[in-house]
Amino acid sequence: MAVDNAVRSSRAVRHRGALAVFLVPFAVLFTLFYLVPILYAVYQSLLTVEREGTFGPAVQVFGGLTQYIQVFQNEPFWASIGRVLLFGVVQVPIMLGLALILALLLDSPLVRGTKFFRLAFFAPYAVPAVIAAIMWGFLYSPNLSPFTAVTSNVDLLSAETVLWSIANVVTWVYVGYNMLIIYSALLSIPQEIYEAARLDGAGQFRIAWAIKIPLVVPALVLTGIFSIIGTLQLLAEPQVFQSFSSAVTSTFTPNLTIYSTASIPNISLAAAMSVVLALATFILSFTVLKLTQRRATS
Amino acid sequence: MTVTTETRALRTQGARVKPSRDGGIRESAISRAVAMAVMIVATLYFLTPLWWLFVASTKTRQEFTTTNPLWFSDFALFDNIAALIQYRDGVFLQWLANSALYAGVGAALATLIAAMAGYAIAKYSFRGRETFFNVILGGVLVPATALALPLFLLFSQAGATNTIWAVLLPSLVSAFGVYLSRIYAAASVPDEIIEAARIDGAGEVRTFFTVATRLMAPALVTIFLFQFVAIWNNFFLPLIMLRDEGLFPVTLGLYVWNTQVSQIPDIRALVVIGSLLSIIPLIVTFLALQRFWQSGLANGGLK
Repeated sequence: MAVDNAVRSSRAVRHRGALAVFLVPFAVLFTLFYLVPILYAVYQSLLTVEREGTFGPAVQVFGGLTQYIQVFQNEPFWASIGRVLLFGVVQVPIMLGLALILALLLDSPLVRGTKFFRLAFFAPYAVPAVIAAIMWGFLYSPNLSPFTAVTSNVDLLSAETVLWSIANVVTWVYVGYNMLIIYSALLSIPQEIYEAARLDGAGQFRIAWAIKIPLVVPALVLTGIFSIIGTLQLLAEPQVFQSFSSAVTSTFTPNLTIYSTASIPNISLAAAMSVVLALATFILSFTVLKLTQRRATS
Repeated sequence: MTVTTETRALRTQGARVKPSRDGGIRESAISRAVAMAVMIVATLYFLTPLWWLFVASTKTRQEFTTTNPLWFSDFALFDNIAALIQYRDGVFLQWLANSALYAGVGAALATLIAAMAGYAIAKYSFRGRETFFNVILGGVLVPATALALPLFLLFSQAGATNTIWAVLLPSLVSAFGVYLSRIYAAASVPDEIIEAARIDGAGEVRTFFTVATRLMAPALVTIFLFQFVAIWNNFFLPLIMLRDEGLFPVTLGLYVWNTQVSQIPDIRALVVIGSLLSIIPLIVTFLALQRFWQSGLANGGLK
């Protein structure tokens, strides 16, 4: 990275001991709890269970891509992937759009009391996903909700609507967090840039559209990628909603499918699903990164 | 006004001079009104559920369903807290303590370990440095939930599931922390200061602890805070690792209670008051440290 200003390499040899103190703890933990689990999941996904006869003891043997064939034939798994993709296509733009609008308003001279609003919007981020889901689950329940005008007309926990009710929980928790990242990017724009626009008589709306938004695109890409990862990994909110709505099945999202497959127990199939999901997540976020980079350079 | 000086202080870190907020053309009263209306509606959206949770926590079981959900009736908050604490020999307090242990110790150690690695990558050159860094960056893109199942399989091979270590050890890795530390150390710890410390005879490790950590403080607080929240909110890992109720973090405990509401209706009141108590520590931590993490995010998080 260009900002780096490392001390010359001859020093490195002299400070080998110090380097080991700095690097070894992280390297060991990262290997044990990141790399080894990933490799182990891949290894486990290549195994399959065989029995001698119907009632013989189960033995794990190398099965090649057997489990992956199973994954690709597993309809609930693909249905759950389709469900979170639909969720993401709708929820991520809404969430980031809201975050962008609120960040721009906070950064504009139109709004007073920015410190209060910043904290008010960010507060839900301090609520764990499980607690947020429990709270909104109560708010959606017709006999408890303060919003009876809504809940008496629409069943927010029915099969048709529950996905969007969960989307609202995720949006509520993460808008403020994303807003803060975008707002930080806005704060780092030098004020001189706005001078010329002001002299030309551009209003706040035009300044936001023509100057601010293009300059915060990197922050939007970052928040977008983390949102995509989060969407594919949805687990806590739907898991909690199983208590409120029978429409949330044990294969509602990919991670729920993996969890219920692992508790059958069919560990190898669950491991293969984890590998496929991790690859899908990686490819999707990588593609978003590349697409936006190309647009930025062209 | 303290509000504007605070924002201005933040702004001037990036920009040299900030012209007056009211400078340039005057904005019309209509745009101001619309902007404020949007902010107020957004505030209602974000704060109403929290307000509801607080009001609901102050009600007796009967009033919970029969009175206005957004306003107080009899103030039974302390009775509810007492009932929560007494339930099943204070298991809720045990959960809070567990969460504090996992998140507090986990985040503190994760911050230290990530800061050392990030600092070393920024300030020393060694063979394989970029590869090492890129592998760690790849780790930022691997979500914690994807690792939970393989971690469970590994820990069960070692016979270590259903222990504190099964939740604590994986929480010590913060790939994002290494990334942020590297960028922050490169920008805020000058080589001259490290040289000066060397001339004074301080060892490399001591220089890191006495000089570098101080200069990197905003980044360290940011890493600590986000790791703290990540561990406190983590659900999947404890869900599959722990069976013993005494080891549960508060999120898992409340989740389990919530699944029991249909069999034990009285437990719902405990879920409500427990939810309120479990978010207060996080909100207090964020408020207390906001000066640090906001500048940490602004300076390092986004380059």
